[in-house]
Amino acid sequence: MFKDLLFGNLTLDAIPLHVPIIVGAGIFMVLVVATIIFWITIYGKWSYIWHEWITSVDHKKIGIMYLLLSAVMLLRGFSDAVLMRSQQAIASGTNLGYLSPEHYDQIFSAHGVIMIFFVAMPMMFALLNIAVPLQIGARDVAYPYLNSLSFWLTFVGAMLCNASLVIGDFAKTGWLAYPPLSELYYSPDVGVDYFIWSLQISGVGTLLAGINFIATIIKMRCKGMTLMRMPVFIWSALCAMILVALAFPVLTVTLALLFLDRMLGMHFFTDFAGGNIMMYVNLIWVWGHPEVYILILPAFGVFSEVVATFSQKTLFGYTTMVWAIAIITFLSFVVWLHHFFTMGAGADVNGFFGIATMIIAIPTGVKVFNWLFTMYQGRIILATPMLWVTAFFTTFAIGGMTGVMMAVPPVDFQVHNSLFLVAHFHNVIIGGVLFGYFAGIIYWFPKAFGFRLDEKWGTWSFAFWVVGFYVAFMPLYVLGLNGFMRRVNHYSNTMYQPYFIVAALGAAFILIGICLQIGQLIVSIKHRHTLRDHTGDPWNGRTLEWSVASPAPLYNFAELPIVSTRDQFWEYKQEHLAEGRVHPKNMHYHPIHMPKNTPAGFIIALFAGIAGFALVWHMWIPGLLGFAGVLITMIARTFKTDTDYYIDAATVKKTELTHIKEMI
Amino acid sequence: MHSEDSVANDHHHASDSTDVFGFWLYIMTDCILFGCLFTTFLVLHIQAMHGLVLKSYLNLYDVLIETFLLLLSNFTFCLAILNLYANKLFKVQAWLAITFLLGASFVGIEIREFIHLANEGFRWDVNSQASSFFTLVGTHGLHVSCGLLWILLMIIQLPLLKMTNVAKRRMTYLGLFWNFLDIVWIFVFTIVYLMGAM
Repeated sequence: MFKDLLFGNLTLDAIPLHVPIIVGAGIFMVLVVATIIFWITIYGKWSYIWHEWITSVDHKKIGIMYLLLSAVMLLRGFSDAVLMRSQQAIASGTNLGYLSPEHYDQIFSAHGVIMIFFVAMPMMFALLNIAVPLQIGARDVAYPYLNSLSFWLTFVGAMLCNASLVIGDFAKTGWLAYPPLSELYYSPDVGVDYFIWSLQISGVGTLLAGINFIATIIKMRCKGMTLMRMPVFIWSALCAMILVALAFPVLTVTLALLFLDRMLGMHFFTDFAGGNIMMYVNLIWVWGHPEVYILILPAFGVFSEVVATFSQKTLFGYTTMVWAIAIITFLSFVVWLHHFFTMGAGADVNGFFGIATMIIAIPTGVKVFNWLFTMYQGRIILATPMLWVTAFFTTFAIGGMTGVMMAVPPVDFQVHNSLFLVAHFHNVIIGGVLFGYFAGIIYWFPKAFGFRLDEKWGTWSFAFWVVGFYVAFMPLYVLGLNGFMRRVNHYSNTMYQPYFIVAALGAAFILIGICLQIGQLIVSIKHRHTLRDHTGDPWNGRTLEWSVASPAPLYNFAELPIVSTRDQFWEYKQEHLAEGRVHPKNMHYHPIHMPKNTPAGFIIALFAGIAGFALVWHMWIPGLLGFAGVLITMIARTFKTDTDYYIDAATVKKTELTHIKEMI
Repeated sequence: MHSEDSVANDHHHASDSTDVFGFWLYIMTDCILFGCLFTTFLVLHIQAMHGLVLKSYLNLYDVLIETFLLLLSNFTFCLAILNLYANKLFKVQAWLAITFLLGASFVGIEIREFIHLANEGFRWDVNSQASSFFTLVGTHGLHVSCGLLWILLMIIQLPLLKMTNVAKRRMTYLGLFWNFLDIVWIFVFTIVYLMGAM
């Protein structure tokens, strides 16, 4: 009895020792973790990591941690992609390939979940954390402690998803876990529960981060920065975060209802006793479609910053850009049904959603033309961030066009759930979101770390990524048009095989691209002194983040700036070109009020992780402990009112003078 | 670049309005959460075909008492707020305690109703109507229970915090939360109970 309450359904059999790939991956993960722990202990860095990182509420450090999480999960998600591409390249005719169907199903489900929730979302929050407070001239986000909690909840969600690889299994249902397949009757193992709890925990983190950034942008802009003077990246972030606040509660409810079905035998999405499968599909896409725009809008913001900076011109059509973002934000809530035209809602309903979907192409087109007009007659510098932008234009145009094709319901009936769809959404998510985030990471890297990334390695990795993308996904369009469905782990018609071999080749190119990115990072760290950004303004930037040192000091701005135009820093540089940009040395510095670090976010997330893991395995005692831990930590934190401190004026002065000295 | 005098305008000094704004945002997200549950209830409660329908199990008399308890608790909470701004600590605590009792009675009656329904055979797993009923009403009840815990916490914390800004801000949050739950309950009462009984 006690053993049941403690361990629930968890036994040693849950570790799939008979599957060599999983055992290999498990051993690899354990080795990596053990190595990291070993080196931290050897160098005695535990205290540093605890005080400077884990308990940190500094938005720049939280941003870097998001980036790290996203990079690690990208490797995991990409390994899944390599497994799938190689399986499909060989599993033709009599050859069954090397992955069993159960394993293959877990791989494509995990690939989707990881890439969206634990790669793209953390990468977006990395960029937001690093850039937003600096761009609006603030010292931190509105709720620094909540920010730390958000990150750690996301982290714990990702770790829960990783745990499923070794302990038990992951969902075999696809990344959105449609019922009835995801109901207990058809998926009796723990896979779907892992899916539910890793997304539920990280989803709460995302929602809190969304609220945090809305409040930051609305309430904490520096003096003079009216809404229409905000950098476009801030606009895109604001709209994306509004979408987060509107859409993520829906995800929370949907997952909770699925959980209730599985745990308490309820009938929300069962196919009997009044349950309605399409209710789930509607709900999940009411979240899922805005989610797509949550990812792409900040990428649009990055493009706007990068294009203006590297064309050395003011962004063309600022007002139309803002309106385009706002219209996309609104429209993204009235198109969810295009994900399931085949539901059979009738011609009128499908017609409405089809047309609404096509209309989104208009504001998006406006944006693309604005970027092109910004480049027109600009003095374009083809640095790596700009390279990614140029690749984005063509790639995203192709992805957008196939999207509009599928917005036509009769066409969608033909290509629904085929590889054509798979090619389309990879086309927009890689070619739009990922390229944009890569551009943003290279662009803001000096601001976060104090040195630039190596351009040569960056260019090569760019080339392999872009070529690899086209080689990997164009064949999928052809296959999709020929009727090849998604999520297939073996096919008997060998006619398809050449296309899959080409696609696998593309994946190999992307693999080289990723390796080159890792190489770029290593080379850049090695040469960090020559790549050092002394001025804090490596790209001749236009917005406030470039007016402070790189990496930005803890307090961001010694004096909160006052803004009178959109490209404030650029204007300032033009005005003061003659006199040089050095601040007067005898400036008067003030003490600065900052939030103290706190371990509360980390501890709450840890207990949430324990509760999630316990719920997956029906371990009631650890589950209760987890919940109690969350609650008690939260309450204990409310008794602490002494949460801020002052950085004294002397420290501020010293930091600022060091920067000025380095600049000259 | 021009700079403003930093100390006076430091965001941590002027943070009250930012913090309350953030809490409003949270309330909005909670509103969407309830919106989804209401939608689910409205879609699914028609689809339960066989025999067991909510209508035949409802006791509207109890629900009316629940409604008045909750509305009254809202009133007493407002009295606590009034006393907060009059700096009368003991009275604030007393009104909070009364609010707690009213809220607790509400939850008590709801739990009794749930047990009654389950014993009569209208369990959460009989059909989609029962599932969405228990989930929607239960989620509201869970929120109220969290609110009760929070009220207890406030009664303990008020003497520690004294009548500082922090105390006032937290009471504002709690007030928003408690009012919000009242509004949600009005919808539960109308849509689930009154329309359900028709």
